[in-house]
Amino acid sequence: MSTTNATKEISFVREEMLPEMPAPSSVVGPVAWIRSSLFSSPGNSILTIASALLLLWIMPPLYNFLIGNAVFIAEDGAACRVEGAGACWAFIWSRMDFFIYGFFPAEEQWRVNIAFALGLVLIVPLMWPELPFKVVNALAFFVGYPIIVFILLSGGMFGLTEVPTVNWGGLTVTLIIGLVGIVTSLPLGIVLALGRQSKMPVIKSVCVMFIELWRAVPLITVLFMASVMLPLFVPVGVSVDKLLRALVGVSLFSAAYMAEVVRGGLQALPRGQYEAAGALGLNYWKSMSFIILPQALKHVIPGIVNSFIALFKDTSLVSIVGIFDLLNTVQASNSDLNWASEQQAVTGYIFAAAVFWVFCFSMSRYSIYMEHRLHTGHKR
Amino acid sequence: MATDTITADDDLAVERTKLTVSETDVAVEIVDMHKWFGDFNVLRDINLKVMRGERIVIAGPSGSGKSTLIRCVNRLEEHQRGKVIVDGVELTSDLKRIDVVRREVGMVFQHFNLFPHLTILENCTLAPIWVRGLPKVEAEKVAMHYLERVKIPEQANKYPGQLSGGQQQRVAIARSLCMNPKIMLFDEPTSALDPEMIKEVLEVMVGLAEDGMTMLVVTHEMGFARQVANRVMFMDEGQIIEQNEPEEFFSNPKHERTKHFLSQILH
Repeated sequence: MSTTNATKEISFVREEMLPEMPAPSSVVGPVAWIRSSLFSSPGNSILTIASALLLLWIMPPLYNFLIGNAVFIAEDGAACRVEGAGACWAFIWSRMDFFIYGFFPAEEQWRVNIAFALGLVLIVPLMWPELPFKVVNALAFFVGYPIIVFILLSGGMFGLTEVPTVNWGGLTVTLIIGLVGIVTSLPLGIVLALGRQSKMPVIKSVCVMFIELWRAVPLITVLFMASVMLPLFVPVGVSVDKLLRALVGVSLFSAAYMAEVVRGGLQALPRGQYEAAGALGLNYWKSMSFIILPQALKHVIPGIVNSFIALFKDTSLVSIVGIFDLLNTVQASNSDLNWASEQQAVTGYIFAAAVFWVFCFSMSRYSIYMEHRLHTGHKR
Repeated sequence: MATDTITADDDLAVERTKLTVSETDVAVEIVDMHKWFGDFNVLRDINLKVMRGERIVIAGPSGSGKSTLIRCVNRLEEHQRGKVIVDGVELTSDLKRIDVVRREVGMVFQHFNLFPHLTILENCTLAPIWVRGLPKVEAEKVAMHYLERVKIPEQANKYPGQLSGGQQQRVAIARSLCMNPKIMLFDEPTSALDPEMIKEVLEVMVGLAEDGMTMLVVTHEMGFARQVANRVMFMDEGQIIEQNEPEEFFSNPKHERTKHFLSQILH
């Protein structure tokens, strides 16, 4: 009798399929979330409570400094010198033109504004994948725009007053160096990465040497060499613009880094992709541009954006060769006696940090958006 | 054809009368070819003449050089000694000749090697557009024709990652066919597939054979070899050690090595 029972249990089969049942509240809902995310174990509960206490301790004074007791409107530093005053935003506001345009003559600043506006008009549709005319748009941004900006800012033609680059400054210069660095380092890095993988020994060794040389030198050294040593080597009477030297230095420097990021992507691709492209009769350049690079670059978007962000922040190093980028204008203003107060420098640096953060965070978010967009479901 | 000698261990429907071989037109000729990987002599003194319309199955243990051999036909691997002449063009290090040959020779890989960032349709139209210079509309028409032929036109706008292995391999075949090749190379096309999917791929290959395609197939599918091939070659240690018509090859293998291999693979 017992054996028949056992057989029956083993051979049990369901005769009708069960419908799907709703998940219990221990798995979904806010209570479940709190339990699993905040109090899943004694250790985690302690961490949760400790973090909450830390926030309670930090947030009120931070709020008071940044907003609560902050001075937003003032004629001069007097209001900021009051005991217990917070951040001196009025100081930032009064120096805003300097932070944005540097020593660009006030009556010519509209030219910079046009350059900003034009850049915005071109870059937004370029980064918006659904919009058409990408090729025209890209040409306009990568070729036309730099020329227009150069003419617009330096002047000396079309009836525009000449403004030498030593007068350029602030956010304008930071953006110029950042954008030029980003726009030139990626293609240059791709070429270097492909060159490093080349079977031709001359091309390969030139690329390897270039990459290894630039990567092994600190950016500050590059900038110093560009501004101090380069003039010693060029013939007397020939002078290369200081900003241009910094631009070239920053671009070549980050191209070397970019090359290694791209090479990582190229190596991650299975050999089958190269072979399939070749077997279909695609030559080297066609397989690279249609098959290999689109995939390799997509794989290394995080690395590429990492380099972009590092580059954008490293632009602040040009201040050591006397270029008035955003950070340098902030630093210079920090000694403005009109606004002298205890919080003056702190406010200035918080402002500079916030500006850098906005740009870098936007790049980061955009890269995440692109990663999701380009994901075609082949990653398992 | 004495169909009764073919053991029907597989239900691939083949119309043998459609399988014709040209007597005079040479598709591939390999003369005294050697190849080395480093100092390993992977292919030794290969001689092979493939007539237009022939279906040659190459079998052999792994590491015997069978994949390397067919990869020498479209120069994915280069040989160091001897001659490889494909469709009248001798393969040398001249890149132009390699391009000419690759345009006429399709290849299907064990792991499909579809381009994961392109849709199925784009996978099929890329080479016709950029290598043959076909207008996009035309290329899409051709692609849809071949996708219908491999019975997956409805997947045209999906990405390879969304398809099953068998479907991906059929797309890979369609992608090759879009270039309208004269010769097709198959490098273990069913080895990475589940048993259910093997048949759908083999059926497509049978159809190709019936259309008179010249095929070099590296495979362990002996049912396919029996019914479709007109010659079966057995390779070991980088050499072709036996070749024969399939009936003879399977029923009366000459070489000890072949007998041993067949006893392992057929039960």
